Amino acid sequence: MSVVKVDDLRVAFGAAQVVRGVSFEIEAGECLALVGESGSGKSVTARTLVGLTGEGARVSAAALSFAGQDLTALRERGWRRLRGSRIGFVLQDALVSLDPLRKVGKEIEEVLAAHTALSGAARRARVHELLASVGVPEPELRAGQLPHELSGGLRQRALIAAAIAGDPHLVIADEPTTALDVTVQAQILDLLAGLKAQGRSLLVISHDLAVVARLADRVAVMKDGRIVEHGPTAQVLGTPAHDYTRRLLRAIPAEHTKGTRLSDAAPAAPRRDPGEVVVRAEGLGKSFGGRAAVREVSFELRAAETLGIVGESGSGKTTTARIALGLTRPDTGTVDVRGKAWTGRDPALRRDVQVVYQDPLASFDPRYTVAKVLAEALSVAGVPRGERRARSVELLELVGLGAEHLDRRPLRLSGGQRQRVAIARALAPRPSVIVCDEPVSALDVSVQAQVLDLLEDVQRETGVAYLFISHDLGVVHHVCDRVLVMKDGRVVEEGPVETVFRTPAHPYTKELVAAIPRLAAA
Amino acid sequence: MNRLGVYLAGAVLVALVLAALAPHLFTGQDPLAVDSGGTLRPPSAEHLLGTDENGRDVLARIVYGTRTSLLLGFGAIAVALVFGGLLGLAAGLGNRVVENVIMRLSDVGLAFPELLLALVVITVAGGGTANAMLAIGVANIPSYARLVRAQTLAVRRSSYVEAAYALGLTAPRVILRHVLPNAVKPVLVLATIGVGTALVAGSALSFLGLGTPPPEPEWGSMLSTARNFISRAWWYGLFPGAAITLTVISVTVVGRALRLRSEGRTS
Amino acid sequence: MRTLAFIGWRLLAGVGVLWGAATLTFLVVHFTPGDPAEAIVGGEGAAPTPEVLAQVRAEYGLDRPWYAQYATHLWRILHGDFGTSYRLHSPVTQAIGEQAAATVELALAAAVTGLLLAVVLALATAKRRRWLRGLAAGAELVAASTPTFWLGIVLLTVFSFGLRLFPATGGQGPASLVLPALCLALPIAGVLGHVLREALEEVLDEPFVVSARARGLSDTAVRLRHALRHALTPLVTMTGFWVGALFGGAVVTETLFTRQGIGRLLVTAVNAKDLPVVLGVVLLSALVYVLVNLVVDLLYLAIDPRLKEAA
Repeated sequence: MSVVKVDDLRVAFGAAQVVRGVSFEIEAGECLALVGESGSGKSVTARTLVGLTGEGARVSAAALSFAGQDLTALRERGWRRLRGSRIGFVLQDALVSLDPLRKVGKEIEEVLAAHTALSGAARRARVHELLASVGVPEPELRAGQLPHELSGGLRQRALIAAAIAGDPHLVIADEPTTALDVTVQAQILDLLAGLKAQGRSLLVISHDLAVVARLADRVAVMKDGRIVEHGPTAQVLGTPAHDYTRRLLRAIPAEHTKGTRLSDAAPAAPRRDPGEVVVRAEGLGKSFGGRAAVREVSFELRAAETLGIVGESGSGKTTTARIALGLTRPDTGTVDVRGKAWTGRDPALRRDVQVVYQDPLASFDPRYTVAKVLAEALSVAGVPRGERRARSVELLELVGLGAEHLDRRPLRLSGGQRQRVAIARALAPRPSVIVCDEPVSALDVSVQAQVLDLLEDVQRETGVAYLFISHDLGVVHHVCDRVLVMKDGRVVEEGPVETVFRTPAHPYTKELVAAIPRLAAA
Repeated sequence: MNRLGVYLAGAVLVALVLAALAPHLFTGQDPLAVDSGGTLRPPSAEHLLGTDENGRDVLARIVYGTRTSLLLGFGAIAVALVFGGLLGLAAGLGNRVVENVIMRLSDVGLAFPELLLALVVITVAGGGTANAMLAIGVANIPSYARLVRAQTLAVRRSSYVEAAYALGLTAPRVILRHVLPNAVKPVLVLATIGVGTALVAGSALSFLGLGTPPPEPEWGSMLSTARNFISRAWWYGLFPGAAITLTVISVTVVGRALRLRSEGRTS
Repeated sequence: MRTLAFIGWRLLAGVGVLWGAATLTFLVVHFTPGDPAEAIVGGEGAAPTPEVLAQVRAEYGLDRPWYAQYATHLWRILHGDFGTSYRLHSPVTQAIGEQAAATVELALAAAVTGLLLAVVLALATAKRRRWLRGLAAGAELVAASTPTFWLGIVLLTVFSFGLRLFPATGGQGPASLVLPALCLALPIAGVLGHVLREALEEVLDEPFVVSARARGLSDTAVRLRHALRHALTPLVTMTGFWVGALFGGAVVTETLFTRQGIGRLLVTAVNAKDLPVVLGVVLLSALVYVLVNLVVDLLYLAIDPRLKEAA
């Protein structure tokens, strides 16, 4: 008998249909993954299973049942008996999913208090057992700490401990590995696989096909509130039947996508050969309050070349990028741009080093229209006032937008369009290098594919060099020619991206590369 | 907050400003005309909101009092905004010494409740409408200085200001084009709401007999007299206060709607 | 250790503020136009002889240079000597002391009532049905927009002169405290309720609240155990508002209900240009502000232990 049965589920918020007829079943001990991009309705579907669809939601279904129990007629009290005890729910990003003002142990104990008759002492003992069982070292210590005192991985483990505290049959995990470093991501996936091995059913929600590939038995691909393709994992990922699934799979940047286009099937034009050196950094060092953020970092970047910097949070990659941008002054070492010493002050060189941020919206003055954003960038480049509008249109066309976007405000553009405007702005002063600081991390995979393709097109057209900061090794492998691997402020390994990722020399790089989620069938 | 409420509040504000500029449009009565035969009369067709202890028309006095009352509120906030704004900008853009001096002074200023600080000013400088306005304004300077400084710092640290520097804009241009407008805009919006509290504080001074002196019509001073006749003339104590409350509600509603809009949330 | 150091710093900052306040009062006295000696002797109509004025100047040290006067001023304040009232010819501290109990009683009653009303209202209505939220928001807006002095007049009209439930003037037993306290509390409840409800509505949307609900917690448990603590922080930081609303409100309320208290003392002093008393009350309010702020900082640490590291 299936543990979960969903038939023709529909959810609407006001006039907006978010889920439009979703059906699936989950067997005992099975893992189903709901995969889709933002707005596909996957999270709403998952929340509906515990009756937490959200304020003002209208839910209807031909069947919605858990372990034979009809959920459609359930009242709040009935839901409460289900939540935590029979269905465990793990939300994404434990930093915000655990109450920041309460001790971690209390959050887990809460489940036991709600659903068991255990005494206080017995509950606390059980909390320590649970924490130990999800691989939290020193559980007694950790239970007494606040969420911010734990690392991202430990927090996610604690959240999982809370979800399984009531010994549920079904665990729902909504983006359980998002915002985690890649090595931690792998550990959490193993932990979830362990839950499945204990005989629990698992529903995993993710935007990342590669992440679910190693966990799910079956995959359902969602788009615009519908399941467009559904089948065994190997089949969906290996021989996708639906066009959307194929596009989604092709859009995932990885080793094998190098030199191909991600957003369409057009053949990629050949890359330019690297030109002269445009940026040379030597012996960079920077400390903040006595802690060394960057130590002895040196690199060279040539025209039309892309140099990746990878590393986990706190590795010093962002500080390195800010030094290259001239926004942070290094304590030691020098940066030369086109052979001249660069401190961020020299206005002639300033034009040469531009930037694209992770969050484009925050990088635009909220009062400005696209036209004003670009006009300001062009004014710095010395373009006369009368020519700015025409040049702005050229820039927009270069990044795949058009004159119709000029008078819009960035707030009214989509995430991908905003990043295109940010790239257009960076191109306005005709720079020789653009520092890209996690430029696609906030984007859905298909939009990410378009932006990555755009970056390559722009490089081919203009010969600009990229200093490409990313935590996503697949993205780095796809776009970069060479790569620096950073850990604790040092460069532990560097070289051509193929060499570093295929035959990593440093143990840390080996660990990173091994942790990369891969599509098993690809 | 629903749209209808915001429009209603906006309409009230427009009417208030009109009444301040051209009170004769709203009433044919003279606010100063004494009628010793018709004192403390309840509302009637002739006197819609009744008469006061001197037989003066309460409605006319409320309408003619609008100018003074609004002046108290808006004038006080203007004073606070100009001086507090300049100090806050200096603190937000200046060096550490400037910042510290201004902020420590504002700490001291914040330790005094608004009304009490205003009372000190009045003890020294005397009462009257202009002094009451200045007194409330001065009392509000520290909090506006703080607000503007906080905004300035937040904008200075924002990603778009960094992006402007990365483009190669010079510091004065970044400050003029990005920091100033973005720091001042939300403060202007908050100041709208501040007008309401300042108006209440100003009329409280009049109520205590320290603001606008009689016989000039002003809502607070009307209530100051009316409290001697509570048992005999409910209308006298009711309507001037209702005018204040309605004004403050409207100002607050419009201010909050503006705030939601400026934060990108629709109302 | 950190907490102790934090308290130490806050104490130091408080002392700094008080020093600034004392300096300000000195500046006010020093730069007030007119001859303080004449004010001491008894106002404009007194027409004292030059000999008397000279004697007063010598007695009050008004003939000494400003820095010596400033030092004496600080020294006296440090010893709790706020000067002598021009009008009452008695020490300011004594005048304030005689009135303090009535005002403390009023302020405490109002603060507790206002806080309770706000918390109950916000907890009961945040994120509930649309009409209920609208009603609560409307009530808060009206309460927060109503000037204390008018609210008092309305309360008097209805409950004293209309229904004859409560006495119209103060100092006549507990019943005479009800209207003044309510009059002072309602506007406070309006402001606090608004702040608290907005904070609650924000918190109730947080992922950790969804997480708590997904663990099977009841709505009441979620509100009390998780949401309230977060929503209290903005309330706690409104020290200036609290102290200001209570002091300013007391001035108005005591005048309106003809109650004894510091507020009425102040108004009388302002009218009589009795500067020492005015400055004494203002200094007292600064002292209260500093003390309350200190308590609030500690409360803040208790509510949000994360701040211990930041401190």
